[in-house]
Amino acid sequence: MRVHVDQEKCCGAGSCVLSAPDVFDQRDEDGIVIVLDAQPPAELHEAVREAAAICPAAAILLEQAPERV
Amino acid sequence: MTTAERIAAAPTGTETAGHPGPLAYPAARAAGCPFDPAPAVDHARREQPVTRATLWDGSPCWLVTRHQDVRDVLGDPRFSAEATRPGFPFLTAGLRELITSTSSSLIRMDDPEHARLRRMLTADFMVKKVEAMRPDVQRLADDLVDRMTDGRTSADLVTEFALPLPSLVICLLLGVPYEDHDFFQERSRVLLSLRSAPEEVRTSSDELFDYLVRLAESKQHEPDDGIVSRLVARGELDFEEVANMGRLLLIAGHETTANMTALSTLALLRNPAQLAKLREDPSLIKGAVEELLRYLTIVHNGVSRVATEDVTIGGQTIPAGEGVLCTINTANRDDAVFPGGDTLDVSRDARRHVAFGFGVHQCLGQPLARVELQIAVETLLRRLPGLRLDVPFEDVPFRHDMAIYGVHSLPIAW
Ligand code: HEM
Ligand code: SF4
Repeated sequence: MRVHVDQEKCCGAGSCVLSAPDVFDQRDEDGIVIVLDAQPPAELHEAVREAAAICPAAAILLEQAPERV
Repeated sequence: MTTAERIAAAPTGTETAGHPGPLAYPAARAAGCPFDPAPAVDHARREQPVTRATLWDGSPCWLVTRHQDVRDVLGDPRFSAEATRPGFPFLTAGLRELITSTSSSLIRMDDPEHARLRRMLTADFMVKKVEAMRPDVQRLADDLVDRMTDGRTSADLVTEFALPLPSLVICLLLGVPYEDHDFFQERSRVLLSLRSAPEEVRTSSDELFDYLVRLAESKQHEPDDGIVSRLVARGELDFEEVANMGRLLLIAGHETTANMTALSTLALLRNPAQLAKLREDPSLIKGAVEELLRYLTIVHNGVSRVATEDVTIGGQTIPAGEGVLCTINTANRDDAVFPGGDTLDVSRDARRHVAFGFGVHQCLGQPLARVELQIAVETLLRRLPGLRLDVPFEDVPFRHDMAIYGVHSLPIAW
């Protein structure tokens, strides 16, 4: 899984940080989303998917990496 | 008829089910079910989820009642939050007066102007900033409980705890002197009452505005670390723009959390099994607060928008220029997302609720509201093991007459 965010769209209320604190944080100067871990380990995928689903600004995009062999 | 009179006079059952014409909105809740949405609107969610309604002044609007449809409207920039556009739905003449007579704050603006202003505030309400306030909020909560219980065995939870806690916090954050709380709480009450006459609303709104303009001016000479002072120091906004933002934050920052605190306490007392579960396992508190936000949805009359183009929502075309009310309380009971949504279940995963709205206007203060509510509920349960209602449930005065739902007072004993 690859995590992308659109900082232009983000409205900074931080739901993603509450859902997946190891993957998302907010910029000190304006509270806009930043990605801490763009390729999070499998055990965090569910939390990241939840974060994308509740993001009010549709600012989180997830790219599903092809299964590695 | 005013909205308040109509709510009082409206039928309370599902008599309006299968109604031929538009639904009269707001509709009354059913007698004996003060936590549930009005039956007529909940019925619409199941039968005709995008429904025509008529407001107090006879003006038409659409009700959008399902979870996905509400997200679709509030997440779509073709629906505007600008109250000055024709067709924007107002719940009362007073609210129309409030929103159209004074200059708009960011909650009634669209992007890009809305985003520019909101981004001046997002850093103050971001998760890590608010999490760092936990010890201060906890101390305030404990002090209030100390004072409330000192030599007494009963009190009104609203005046002694639920209202002072968020008022103290928002005063600290903004740099507003807490001594003035009677002044701003009384004006907020008038602004949020569905019974207030338009002239009363205008007077209260102007008084609050003048107060905040004076406060902003004073911060130029005596700066501090509060939000008002920092907005002034930033130099991008004039005093009136700062006062506008300050007024929005002051009202939104105390009335909402105060009502959620008291209503949550009451809902737990009415659901003893859930209360026991939470007492047994305090680690449930974060999820329990999300569930209470969902179940109680205190912004109970919905969130207003107006279509700027023809947009199809849930199969229904909403023509450009027509108003929409997103009934977030029915969306939060939508079985498609919250199975068995009419029951309170503190161990449910309720994070997808829309009690804070959705889209770019989603509540800016939500991290703060969450921390305040988690601390308030946890502290009450821990400090008052014998907590109980001190009047019959039927005598609790619910805020049917207010834009923010809750209880006017909550007599408790311990
Ligand atoms: C339980 C408590 C709260 C609830 C249920 C709540 C609910 C809401 C809702 C539904 C909206 C969206 C309105 C719309 O889209 O038209 C909103 C916006 C807003 N809320 Fe809250 N709120 C709460 C607490 C707070 C607190 C503590 C603050 C802090 C100052 C706050 C500040 C704001 C602001 C500034 C907006 C406007 C955001 C914008 O338009 O971008 N709220 N709130
Ligand atoms: S949930 Fe979305 S809008 Fe909110 S901070 Fe995260 S990315 Fe930004």
